[in-house]
Amino acid sequence: MSWWTSPATETQISHGDRFWLYVVAAIIMLLLIIPTLIVIPMSFSDSQYLEFPPEQWSLRWYGEYFDSTKWMRATVTSLQVGFFTLLVATPLGTMAAYALFVSGHRFAKTIFMLLITPMIVPVILIAIGVFYAFGRMGLNNSITGLVLAHTAMATPLVMIVITAALRSYDLNQERVARSLGATRIKAFFTVTLPQIKFSVVTAGLLSFLTSFDEVIIAIFVSGGNNATLTKHMFAALRDYIDPTIAAISTIMVGVSTVLLLATQFIDRRKK
Amino acid sequence: MPVSPEIETPMLHGQELQSQKKREEWVLLGLSLPAIFVIALVVILPVGWLFYLSFVDGHGSFSLEHYQKMVEYKSYARVFITTFKVSALTTLICIVLGYPIAYFLAALPSRWSGIFMLAVLLPFWTSLLVRTYAWLVLLQRKGLLNDLAIQIGLWDSPVKLVHNMTGTLIGMAHIMLPFLVLPLYGAMKKIEPDMMQAASNLGASPVRAFFSIYLPLSVSGLVAGALIVFVLCLGFYVTPAVLGGGRVVMVATQITAILEHQFDWGAASALGVVLLLATVLVLYLAGRFFKFDTALFGKR
Amino acid sequence: MNNSTALPISIRGLTKKYGDLNALNSVDLEIKSSEFLTLLGPSGSGKTTLLMAIAGFNRPDAGSIKFGDAEMVLTPPHKRDVGMVFQSYALFPHMTVSENIGFPLKLRGLAAKEVMGRVDEALATVQLSGLGDRAIDQLSGGQRQRVALARAFVFRPRILLMDEPLSALDKKLREHMQIELKQIHRQLGVTTVYVTHDQREALTMSDRIAVINHGELAQVDTPEAIYNRPKDQFVADFIGESTMLSLTRGGDGRLSFGSEIISSSSPNPSVSKWSLVVRPERLHLLEGDVNTSEKQVVFRGHVKEYVFQGETAFALIALDDVTILSVRFGTGAGSRIQLLEPGALVSVGLMREDIILIPQEGQT
Repeated sequence: MSWWTSPATETQISHGDRFWLYVVAAIIMLLLIIPTLIVIPMSFSDSQYLEFPPEQWSLRWYGEYFDSTKWMRATVTSLQVGFFTLLVATPLGTMAAYALFVSGHRFAKTIFMLLITPMIVPVILIAIGVFYAFGRMGLNNSITGLVLAHTAMATPLVMIVITAALRSYDLNQERVARSLGATRIKAFFTVTLPQIKFSVVTAGLLSFLTSFDEVIIAIFVSGGNNATLTKHMFAALRDYIDPTIAAISTIMVGVSTVLLLATQFIDRRKK
Repeated sequence: MPVSPEIETPMLHGQELQSQKKREEWVLLGLSLPAIFVIALVVILPVGWLFYLSFVDGHGSFSLEHYQKMVEYKSYARVFITTFKVSALTTLICIVLGYPIAYFLAALPSRWSGIFMLAVLLPFWTSLLVRTYAWLVLLQRKGLLNDLAIQIGLWDSPVKLVHNMTGTLIGMAHIMLPFLVLPLYGAMKKIEPDMMQAASNLGASPVRAFFSIYLPLSVSGLVAGALIVFVLCLGFYVTPAVLGGGRVVMVATQITAILEHQFDWGAASALGVVLLLATVLVLYLAGRFFKFDTALFGKR
Repeated sequence: MNNSTALPISIRGLTKKYGDLNALNSVDLEIKSSEFLTLLGPSGSGKTTLLMAIAGFNRPDAGSIKFGDAEMVLTPPHKRDVGMVFQSYALFPHMTVSENIGFPLKLRGLAAKEVMGRVDEALATVQLSGLGDRAIDQLSGGQRQRVALARAFVFRPRILLMDEPLSALDKKLREHMQIELKQIHRQLGVTTVYVTHDQREALTMSDRIAVINHGELAQVDTPEAIYNRPKDQFVADFIGESTMLSLTRGGDGRLSFGSEIISSSSPNPSVSKWSLVVRPERLHLLEGDVNTSEKQVVFRGHVKEYVFQGETAFALIALDDVTILSVRFGTGAGSRIQLLEPGALVSVGLMREDIILIPQEGQT
């Protein structure tokens, strides 16, 4: 019995019978991947104009990127903001997740809904609202302001990831630790945290990426010397097509891939 | 022998235990305060502020003029229609493309699922600026898509695929697809295999078994995904702005334009409020008709 | 709902490999019309594989499966017209009880009115009348089991398959359902193949038991024959409790245990090593000085352990340094269990009719 005729599903259809599904799925997967990866060869093109496939290969756009003060400062800003967002959002979200999961309080569900609002309210609205509010508070064009805004966006994500982790974790272990004399805090740090650490790391990476890739809020709230990479990129895309973007995009794809593989690796370690 | 002072009457002890428990619960809840503070500061307060601004005219007194303008001016109607059209079409495209791929991924033996999932996860994790940029290049007159189509004879001369509705839809569908596939995949994975075996045993042909059993059981995930996509599309800014070339004006674009050109906070806020209400309405209606509890929060 | 057209099943040379593993090794089995046959074996023995092959959910590497005269081995599962009860019940959560039960009837194109009639009939048979409109998640485990059963026979299949359907139920309910299933089987008269690893369940319900191990049939017989006349060590071990005593063969073919002569001749001259299978409940406590006779074999030893277990009492009697005999007695007034003090010397007797001889492991 070859692969073609062997049953593929519980209903005993063979692989051959549903080969059309495999073709369709392959096409869709290509459609998903190619636009994501196409920036990579594009970034090595010598031409001033957007072209694919490139006629001549060169590293000039990478050179432009690393030589440009504007881009470098923006990169540093984005990395800084991303890093601080990770630092703040991860503990905030984890504490909230733990609090709501463990407390049987009737307000827990309400607070959970409250903390989810950044995901429901359209980002554009948050962006202009924050722009207005920060304008009043003098937090526009500052790293602090942006970190604050991005933290608000990332915290719900952290909360969801950690809540899922807590669900599949046996909370009784903490109770055992407490019955042996540990305070609640100690029990959390010595027993629970090490066991959900993989999810905490994943949540941290998600926070970083949420901040690093964020466009709309950054457009309004970051500016001047503290403009983010995304803000400049968006301007470049809308107004003039700077091929340097291809180089930057490639670097961003690289960053995303590394982080994605990191989480897959973590997932495997978990099992 | 002296009696330990802790041993009091059982009644009092019970009360103390109760109040101690309540205290603990409050303290625990307090752990979520920092998160509440940040989100209140960044989301709830500013949006509340905007809400207020939308009901105030240029002189600072209460007025419904911003909302009235929305009903009167044709340009607003066009914006709403465009937004709805783009969101609905994008959702539809995502459903058509997303269902087969989610099914394929769910049906894979576990050894292979990790590798093929990357096809969905990699775009998901890549910045949407990068993906939008990629489509900008691909859809140009001299871009890859046109070149390929001409080569294989689909059409004779370059077709305008970008800076219009077509380009916007293609770009948005690409960006939204993972948001539909992931919850749908989650729901599909939960379908027990012997349910399909039972259907087959009872006499259903593979096609019949799919439509009678598999499809209904996967609907909760499909609805969850479609909802996420639709709601995200409603408020989307970046991709339509870039790939629409100014011709596809959605609510978010309009809001930004109002602020950039007219600096009219009242008008912009009013539009934003309408957008928020539309989002909440869609979610509420869907919640009434479908149950998608864990499908929504299980997969991200 | 009497089924006069039940089909026999004929399995010949059925082989199924999973990689290097031989799940089924050239199995031959004839199942009679209307009989209740149980496939009994430990996990991994191949019993589920065999059942799935009959249902059409795996494609054997070799062999034939016939329902009556019709060769079925290449027929897809949805065309085999067999009823099946899954271990997990596999009830459709998005359908009500009636819709679940009516599903196979709808597939067969029955009119709505007839569907309703048959569904009600089936619900009555499993004693769930009136629960047709319930959602599946509102039912208890026992109720779900009955819905699964009703769904499996509502379309009057000529063969019914059951894959450990009672394993998820608690003890009392399981025992109750065993009897109910037996009654329903008698009522329907349909050929039934039942898979279980629980030997008591097999003994309770079956017309015949097929004991299966490592993809091969060890013995196919009535429950009484399987219990009293096991053919080999595996069957003797798997069914009921037993102590195996290794016997020595004398030059004249006599088989003895120590000084007691168990059998004057070997049942099979080509087999040199034999074991005596002693069922604990077949031993009697003897008072006074009794010796081995024509009627019974007597064993003497010291009581090592004694446990009162309600309706029976269990004891371990050491015959010598290595051999320990398990003994089980009733606990009624005439049982003489007072003799079973730890350390006491006792005699137990085994009637010669109760002697079970099997070849030792490793021989034919």
